[in-house]
Amino acid sequence: MSEIAIAPAEDRRAKYRPVTEDSPLARYALIATAVLFLAVFLLAPLAIVFVEAFSKGLEPFLAAFDDPDALAAIRLTLLVAALAVPANLVFGLAASWSIAKFSFPGKSVLVTLIDLPFSVSPVVAGLIYVLVFGGQGLFGSWLAAHGVQIIFAVPGIVLATIFVTFPFVARELIPLMQEQGKVEEEAALTLGASGFKTFLTVTLPNIKWGLLYGVLLCNARAMGEFGAVSVVSGHIRGLTNTIPLQVEILYNEYNNVAAFALAVLLAGLALVTLGLKTFLEWRHADALSGRARRH
Amino acid sequence: MTSPILVGKNARRFTAPSVIPGFGLTFGYTLIYLGLIVLFPLATLIWWSSELGLSGLYAIASEPRVAAALRTTFFISFAAAVIDLFFGLIVAWVLTRYDFAGRRLLDAFVDLPFALPTAVAGISLAALYSPNGWFGAPFADYDIKIAFTRWGILIALVFIGLPFVVRTVQPIISELEVELEEASATLGAGRLQTVLRVMLPPLVPALLTGFALAFARAIGEYGSVIFIAGNIAYVSEIAPLLIVVKLEQYDVAGATGIATIMLAISFAALLLINLVQAWSRRRFGHV
Repeated sequence: MSEIAIAPAEDRRAKYRPVTEDSPLARYALIATAVLFLAVFLLAPLAIVFVEAFSKGLEPFLAAFDDPDALAAIRLTLLVAALAVPANLVFGLAASWSIAKFSFPGKSVLVTLIDLPFSVSPVVAGLIYVLVFGGQGLFGSWLAAHGVQIIFAVPGIVLATIFVTFPFVARELIPLMQEQGKVEEEAALTLGASGFKTFLTVTLPNIKWGLLYGVLLCNARAMGEFGAVSVVSGHIRGLTNTIPLQVEILYNEYNNVAAFALAVLLAGLALVTLGLKTFLEWRHADALSGRARRH
Repeated sequence: MTSPILVGKNARRFTAPSVIPGFGLTFGYTLIYLGLIVLFPLATLIWWSSELGLSGLYAIASEPRVAAALRTTFFISFAAAVIDLFFGLIVAWVLTRYDFAGRRLLDAFVDLPFALPTAVAGISLAALYSPNGWFGAPFADYDIKIAFTRWGILIALVFIGLPFVVRTVQPIISELEVELEEASATLGAGRLQTVLRVMLPPLVPALLTGFALAFARAIGEYGSVIFIAGNIAYVSEIAPLLIVVKLEQYDVAGATGIATIMLAISFAALLLINLVQAWSRRRFGHV
């Protein structure tokens, strides 16, 4: 008793630290460890992209974009994303509508199968299309006889990109639409709205932020995919090189500034994606699926 | 006359009655698209490897160069996932439980490895850890090479695996019940004891899941590794790269064999995740 009474004020304050709080020393040590680890492993790799790209000044950086091959790579990347993202968007809508609004047997198996591409290595994703459409593949001789080229051409790149970005929209929309249920749609339908009108005026406004979230992640991956596209592309300059493949070629030619200049485009895309993603999670958390909201 | 009614009955039996239209269209499209894009090409791989047979697969896996690449991939992926597990837990803990300047920004940056294209990550890590890079130079003074050795592979795999652990553990940390901590403290446990024996156990399933996700991703990773690995056969060559090498040599059977083994490893990791989550649901009531 008397000990407590004569304890100095600072000591008493230290004793009154809530029991659920870590000691200041532990807190600072852990914060320092985490910040240092993230700085070394995440921030430094991002920073070096910009440092290397501008290491010789602005002129060489800009000159990298005068190259017709670089411009062709940018055009191809935009084309691939413009085909792959809408394809997976339509699929995501169809899959989430059928899975969230109806009950049928085998639903969990279907959801697992939709997630499957995420557990397949990008290189394997490219390989399976070579096995189907390549010269020695299943349809190889038929395709060659009819003069259709898929592997080492743009269609193969688009297919491989669709495969690796396959689950993005669906896995965001399925849990979101399951949480929202089907009461609002049923009300609209019983009040006489057509199915399509119900989707446009009831469902779509409910899922628009989740949809945007899924499309954002899908697009980032589609534009940045390397492994799968590398296997099916054939690396033909000006024809079948996307930006990541062009970065590889320039880097292997020791053309560092040009490689990092193109990499700046992709790093910028990543930063914009992260920024928008964080904004959506912060501003529209209620309109995203539980999975996204947790992040 | 009778057949349309039968079809109707069958359809109704498959999905519960509903006023919501469009099941046939959306379900049919989902199945066809999934089948054409994912299942059929994957089935082709299985078909190719079934032609090889188990003995053929074994022969490919025991080629010295393939065996070395599979070992390199497996062990370095495992080591990287362990490092991610340790630092991922610290990062998740710090980002969830403490407040400090720049916390939100750091939190957003944890997803960088998801957003940054792997080729960009690859060349920037190679630039950082090469003998004249920011982090490579201090080690080069002591004759230690990081880029273009197995250490480079490890660093690339730690980079791409980190968000899996952080993002799996973070929600569970934020849901930890403060009452349990208080109970533990009032019953006389020290802070360290409370953390280790009351707060960490419920995190174990999430940690295991994050570990398995990071490991599975590392097994298949290609883009961020090949720039920093040096790709020396028998030493720093990863299995995905060997698939590409085999394809360039028109050895489709060899490429298929390696791909099948890699698929088996990542599906085993996936199965492990599902088992852990089923156990966690029984033991802790959450995933």
